[in-house]
Amino acid sequence: MEMVIALAIGVLFGSGIWLILRPRTFQVIMGIMLMSYAVNLFIFIMGRLWINRPPLTLGPGAPDPAAFADPLPQALVLTAIVIGFATTALYLVLMIGARGITGTDHVDGEEPEQ
Amino acid sequence: MSLGWTQHLILVPVVLPLLCGALLIPVNEKHHQLKFMANLVSVLGMLGTAVALVWLTDEGWPEGIGVYLMANWAAPFGIAFVADRLSALMLLLTALLAGAVLCYSMRSWSRIGVHFHSLFQFLLMGLNGAFLTHDLFNLFVFFEVLLAASYGLLLHGYNRARLRASLHYVAVNLAASLLFLIGVALIYAATGTLNMADLAGRLNHISGDGLILAQIGMTVLALAFLAKSAMWPLGFWLPATYAAASPPVAAMFVLLTKVGIYIVLRLWLLIFANEPPSGAGFDALLWGGLATIAFAAIGMLASETPARQAAYSAMVSSGILLAIVGSGQSSLVPAALFYMLGSTLAIAAFMLLIELVERMKSPGAAMLALTMEAFAIDERPEQPVGEGVPAAIAFLALAFAACALIIAGLPPLNGFVAKFSILHGLLHPGPGKAVSLGAMALITLILVSGLAAIIALLRFGVRTFWAAGILKPPPLHVTEIAPIGLLLLLSVGFAVQAGPVFEYLHRTSDGLQRPARYIERVQGQPVVPGPLAPGGR
Repeated sequence: MEMVIALAIGVLFGSGIWLILRPRTFQVIMGIMLMSYAVNLFIFIMGRLWINRPPLTLGPGAPDPAAFADPLPQALVLTAIVIGFATTALYLVLMIGARGITGTDHVDGEEPEQ
Repeated sequence: MSLGWTQHLILVPVVLPLLCGALLIPVNEKHHQLKFMANLVSVLGMLGTAVALVWLTDEGWPEGIGVYLMANWAAPFGIAFVADRLSALMLLLTALLAGAVLCYSMRSWSRIGVHFHSLFQFLLMGLNGAFLTHDLFNLFVFFEVLLAASYGLLLHGYNRARLRASLHYVAVNLAASLLFLIGVALIYAATGTLNMADLAGRLNHISGDGLILAQIGMTVLALAFLAKSAMWPLGFWLPATYAAASPPVAAMFVLLTKVGIYIVLRLWLLIFANEPPSGAGFDALLWGGLATIAFAAIGMLASETPARQAAYSAMVSSGILLAIVGSGQSSLVPAALFYMLGSTLAIAAFMLLIELVERMKSPGAAMLALTMEAFAIDERPEQPVGEGVPAAIAFLALAFAACALIIAGLPPLNGFVAKFSILHGLLHPGPGKAVSLGAMALITLILVSGLAAIIALLRFGVRTFWAAGILKPPPLHVTEIAPIGLLLLLSVGFAVQAGPVFEYLHRTSDGLQRPARYIERVQGQPVVPGPLAPGGR
């Protein structure tokens, strides 16, 4: 299972890198989004992959930490998702603004000379 | 060991700008006077708090360290805020710079767009938080706060150049933030903690795969910081961004590169204190720093506009600081901090000054160049001397000369004191040690970069003040010249009071170089016994 997840993250991140090196803003933002998905998955599995370990919940008696999944990466990934979402939205606004003001979707704000 | 009510001061530099910035959002832009006053009050509050923290960490608190446990969670579990002398110093620098920049922007820049004051406050919140937090993930959050605010500020006064620079700046920083997250996740996977003190303790006890994982994590994390502190080749985005930003924003951005340096310095002294700094990581820092200095010095010579020159000089100062950290010589820390204080203030003042100087360039009626008049008074008193040097031009020329002297590191101003003490430290590495190759290269490059700065700035100065021919005294407002004067006076004050300042910086450095006491202090901070949590739990 580790291999499957590692490959999935690798493919996502690799596609993201290829896309952010492309010249159009739409490609760049897609690349950043793919990379942030890959990073979010990465943070999540840094709490290790477990089977049959539920998230930490409050039950009667003292909980046994070994029986639950590590809650911290879950908290971290939530924060990272929210922040990534906000900054991507900001980049989208910027992208639309640039399209409006420069009339092109090239990342340099002008078409390269042919 | 309770610090009493004073420990709550640690939280003020984060909470105050958060509240102020949030409250200013719904206020209509028509009330810009009100917004400015609220912003100013908040900055003055931060300044007062920073002064109090500098005093408390120096004399008031035991060991010079104040710890604030968020939500009353004990140290390795919750998020801790820690104020020591270095944090307090950075807070003071931030507040001083913010005050000057705010006054400068009052007259025109804060009015040309919306939400300048809110974004400014959020930027300060991010900066202060990054200087105070003691948790790696929380550091990420504060980085994002300051970056999000900086995206908005860079776009302030929306035009084509700024939009284009923003597209690149935001994309680079988003990618760097992803690296930051990967680094943090790897470190957590290897050590199981994100608290810096706890991390420093645990790194000594892991080995094998865990150690390799932690090292990779540290490297990826370092890449993110170095991209932000503009180390070559990661700093390619910096000159275009700084040159495009509006002057007050560019002046604040000078501080942003120093945040990366602060983190590198803090982690270096805390985590790697026990090991001899001979690993490849430090060599990479040293040679990367050297490459940055060389690149920025060449860039400075090649750039046509003063804003780009200022941006490259910010890069030179980043490079010098990174190379000093990479040289692994902890006796250089006070000199490096002294250099950082002076150069940050001077480059920020230069960023502000550029706009005023540019104003002068519009063709006017006066046919005499400034210095011809000035020399005519001395040499040919019998000739009519015209109207003398207008005060506005005299101020601009003097301020420019002061900036140039500090940036190039010439006597008598503090740039010289700082560079001299760095060179002195590099040439005396300690008893029984020879001056290393890296140190020799650093000495050479510091001198060469100083020369490049002299040539570049001299060329600009001669063209502007001497060879321009037609000089019309520009309309200056007191709120524009006072901040520049203040920043330069502060910078000069560091040179005049170099003795006490250096003593303070030595104490700062001493405190940083005893990580064991630091770790003990952070981890030993007791939680406040509450009504629901009886003591002993």
